Formats: sequence, structure tokens, C-alpha cells
Amino acid sequence: MFFETILIAMREIRRNVMRSSLTILGIVIGVAAVITMVTVGDGATKQVANEISSLGSNLLDVRPGQSFRGPGGTRSGAPMFKIADADAIEREIFGLAGVAPIVGRTAQVIYGNDNYVTQITGSTNNYLDVRNWVLSGGRIFNDVELKAGAAVCIIGDTIRKQFFEGQDPIGRTIRVVKISCQVIGVLKPKGQSGFGTDQDDFLLMPLRTVQRRIAGSTDIGSISVSAMDGVSTDKVKTDIERLMRERRQTGKNEDDDFNVRDMQEIVKTLTGTTKLLTTLLGAVAAVSLLVGGIGIMNIMLVSVTERTREIGIRLAIGAMEKQVLMQFLIEAVVLSCFGGIIGIILGIAASVAGAGALKVPFVLNIGIVAISFVFSAGVGVVFGYFPARKAAHLDPIEALRHE
Amino acid sequence: MTHASSENSGPVIELNSVTRRYGTGTAEVSALQGIDVTIEHGDFVAVMGPSGSGKSTCMNILGCLDTPSSGSYRFMGIDVGQLSRDQRALLRRHYLGFVFQGFNLLNRTSALENVELPLIYRGTHAKERSQKAKKALASVGLTGWETHTPAELSGGQQQRVAIARAIVTDPSVLFADEPTGNLDSARSREIMELLTSFNRDRGLTVVMVTHDAMMASYAKRIIRFRDGFIENEESNGGR
Repeated sequence: MFFETILIAMREIRRNVMRSSLTILGIVIGVAAVITMVTVGDGATKQVANEISSLGSNLLDVRPGQSFRGPGGTRSGAPMFKIADADAIEREIFGLAGVAPIVGRTAQVIYGNDNYVTQITGSTNNYLDVRNWVLSGGRIFNDVELKAGAAVCIIGDTIRKQFFEGQDPIGRTIRVVKISCQVIGVLKPKGQSGFGTDQDDFLLMPLRTVQRRIAGSTDIGSISVSAMDGVSTDKVKTDIERLMRERRQTGKNEDDDFNVRDMQEIVKTLTGTTKLLTTLLGAVAAVSLLVGGIGIMNIMLVSVTERTREIGIRLAIGAMEKQVLMQFLIEAVVLSCFGGIIGIILGIAASVAGAGALKVPFVLNIGIVAISFVFSAGVGVVFGYFPARKAAHLDPIEALRHE
Repeated sequence: MTHASSENSGPVIELNSVTRRYGTGTAEVSALQGIDVTIEHGDFVAVMGPSGSGKSTCMNILGCLDTPSSGSYRFMGIDVGQLSRDQRALLRRHYLGFVFQGFNLLNRTSALENVELPLIYRGTHAKERSQKAKKALASVGLTGWETHTPAELSGGQQQRVAIARAIVTDPSVLFADEPTGNLDSARSREIMELLTSFNRDRGLTVVMVTHDAMMASYAKRIIRFRDGFIENEESNGGR
């Protein structure tokens, strides 16, 4: 009996191409939309997490001024750091992989007829370790250059592209503000950061060179600290805070006039934000799934009403109620599953395309695929089944009279 | 289900003081008010009467689509009133064929597939099914029209497909409810010739509702209904 019913159901699906494809369409759109949105959203979250970890997730940034909460912003009165502060952190805090004092300025760089405005960072070789930079060519600073404040620099990939496309930059001389500066190294590119800025757009010089010849002071803008693997950044953070309060003689009831930013926190904030975005996209997609479901429901209801006479004919020529029901159930299951599968294929294809276009990794969430499939197939089956049950229960005479 | 008794012992159809009431209380309508009908194997009965005389109700009961409110209906010795819905469906599937006024073919479905439908419910294998269906179509003169859908066939042709669908299972009784009601007189005569030939050549018992005396004249026997009663029965001798 089951086999005959499958045959009948298949014949009905084939005969009513229009009705069948409309039913399928609702499911396809619902499933594909949910899969695409959630997959692309997940990819964006992963992307942000990847980029931040390339920045160094053990990283802490120590800056003068109050932390960036509230509208007050940086308190201008806060004293700047000196090299001695960085030395003290390196000497007294346990569990550090590296400490890099940093002075930054935005300045114009000239090579031949080209000029370009970029970020000048003055620091030590530690900067490269702390911030996860790797040289693609040349060398790091030597002790003499660091101590003497020599006119040498290591350039980011963006500057290499700007000035030296197709040439070897090592040994060339560029003008940084008024200093003729020799390029001794080139960094491997990191690309866009999760914050949307070009991380490769900078130039590294010895700390002393920038202090003396560009900034004209012995101040330090910030101190980057990286914790060793396995050491809690929270612990390092509180240690640094205590040390700095001591060194800056902050009174017991006074707020810190500096702040220590933990990259882990930023990672959490940012991934939290993108996850929220994914949830939001998912919610939008869920609405489209719901609308798709209502579409399926409509077509199923209308088609069963339309098919009452067909049910009457079948009953009259000897079909049992349960055979008619089984037929409608099989039709609904086949259409829903077929639509679900097309939706999954389409959704995955769109996700791959979307991930490619937005340059985010493709992360397939099997759970979402399953949920969207089960939901839309479930709607199709439920709304195919219950009206059919009503119709199959009709008196065959009444069903036959139905126009 | 219980196997029906042998075809030659006793009448196929036996109605004993059958009534059928619709609705309840003051809204109650009596469509049949106690009728007795006996139909033997190989008979060709025309049921006539004005609208509302109870002939269609009687036909539905005879066709096991409906059950009597009281009285008994024995089909080949089986008391139909005692059967469940599913058992009646099986009875229809194995022993009855139906032809309707409005043809009642499945839309967008080829003539062959329409004729195959009752065989599918009987579980006949694909090869045998298509052979039988083709033979049935040939017997109503529709060889070559197998792949046409109802929309591509004339009214007379559609009714012939419906007859093929009714006889493809070799039923004991064919019920025809105003089979010529939607056809012109030439087409009607063709349909009647077909029914007569099945009755004559195969011994198929035919019960037909009509209000056209011309069509009734093809039958061997005419039963007239009026107001839920049988007004008279007459033997016709057929043509």
C-alpha cells in the first residue's frame, strides 16, 4: 500500500509543476536566507577575532591620561611617561615577554618626487615582538643605532608599495621630516585591521631618533607590554596599575591618571559586537523564514481546498482515508525536503560568494542549516497534512460535489 | 474483509425497507422513506424520478458511499450497514465501478493514468496495470488517446475514459449517475450503446440514474422514485 501511495504522490507532484514549485520556492528562500546571513555573520566574527589576535592578544597598552570612558576623554594635565617608566615595568613586573616604549608622530615622508604622510613610530626592537611584526627583508636595529638615535628606519609594507614598487628598498634613503633616513628593513604585511585601519601604513625608527629629532622631547606616548604565554593579562594589568600609581604618587582617593588597556577586553568587546550583528542578521533571516513558512502554509491550504474533488474521486474509486492522507503527507514531505535541500545548496553557494565578496572566512554553521531545514520542512509537512486530514475525512459524496 | 459469496447465488443487491434521513429534530428531512429493491446479476436498471425524489440518495447507498439510517442493504450477501468506512472503500475498490455526470477525471492527468488509478489502489503491478488500462481504453474506443489529458478530450471522450476507469477492475456492478447529463443526444446514445454492450457481452450489472426517458429505454428494468418512495417498477425488455 505504501509503494502505491508513493507512486500516486509522485505523479501528483509531477503533474502540478506550478503548485509544486511555488511550495518549494517559499522553503528555498527561507532556508537560503537564514544560512547565508548567519554564515556571513559568523565569518565576520571570525575575521575580527583573527585580526585582533594578529595584533597580539597578550598585549596591554599603557597610556597616560584617564581611560576612555565618559565624555571627558584624556585629561590633558596627566604627565607623560618617560623611558624610566618603561624600564621600571620591565624590571619589576613578573611574567612579561616584552616591553616597548612608543613615541608616535604623523609626518611626511619623501622619496624622490613622491611624498606620503604616514605614522612615524619610535620604539625599540621589542616593538616588533610585542606587536607580532615579522621582517620580510633587511634587519632590525642594532644597539649602536638605538643608543645613538641613528637615522635608520624599518618600513611597513604600505610604504614599500608607495615608494619602492618593483625595487629593493633596503639601503635606500628616504627623507623623514628633515632627516635623511636609511631603510634597513621591511615588514611583512598584516593588512586591514578589525578597526578598519591599514596596519601596514607606518614606519619604525629608533625611539631616541624620534624623541630627539622629530618630537623634540624625552616623553613617551605609550608603553606596549606583552605578557608571556600562560600569564594572566588581568594580573599583569593590576601589577602595572599598582606600580604606576606608586611611581606617579597618585593619592589613595585619586583616580588613575593613566590607563592600561587589555587587548583581551577589546577582543571580547569586538567579537561581542559582531556576534550581536550575526544575531541581528539571523533575526532578519528568521523573519524571512517565517514569511516563507506562511507562504508554504497558504499554498498548502489553497491546494488542499482546490483538491477536495480529487480527494472525492479517489475515495469513490476505493482509496481508503489513510491512503489519501498518506499521499498528501508524502507530497508535503517530498516537496518540503526537496525545497530544503535546494535552499541549503543555494544558501551555501550564496554564503561562499558573500564571504568572498566581503573578504571574510567561510564558516558553515551546521546547527543553523539543520534548524532552518527542519523549520521550513516542518511547516510544509504540518500545513500539507492537517487540511488534507480534514478533506480525507469528508463524505466522498460531499467531496465530489465540491467545486 | 469477508469474502463475498459466489456470484450466482442470490441477488447482487438487496435493499430492505431502507430509509435515509438527513439532519435532526425539526430540520430532519427524509430522503428515503422505506424502499425495497432487489437487483440480480446481469441486470440493467434505470432509476428515474424528479429532482428530490430520493434517487440520488438511493444511488449513494447502493454505491456504498453512504449508509442507510435504517433497514438493511446487502451487497452480495454482505450487510453494508455493518461495514466500517475502510471496509466500504475496499468493497468499492474490488466490486464497484462509478461513472458520474461530471466525469470526475483527474485534471492534467493523461487518460491512461486516469484509468490506471483504481488499479494502483488495488496494488496491480506496473506492467499489468498499463496493459489492463490500455485494454479498457480500447474497449471504449479510445485507442490512440492514451496520453491526452481531460482538457484535450471532448465531453463524450471524457465520459468514455470515465467508463474505462470504472470497468478496468472488472467490477460486479457499474453505477452510473446521470452519465449522459452533460452530453448531446448523439454522444449520449454512444455512451448508452457502450453501457448496453458491457451489460450484454460481459454480464456487467448496470445501475443508472437518469431523468431522460430516452436513455432509460436502454435499460431492462426501470424503477421510478417519487418523494422517497418507489412509485413503480416496470420491465422494459431492453433494446
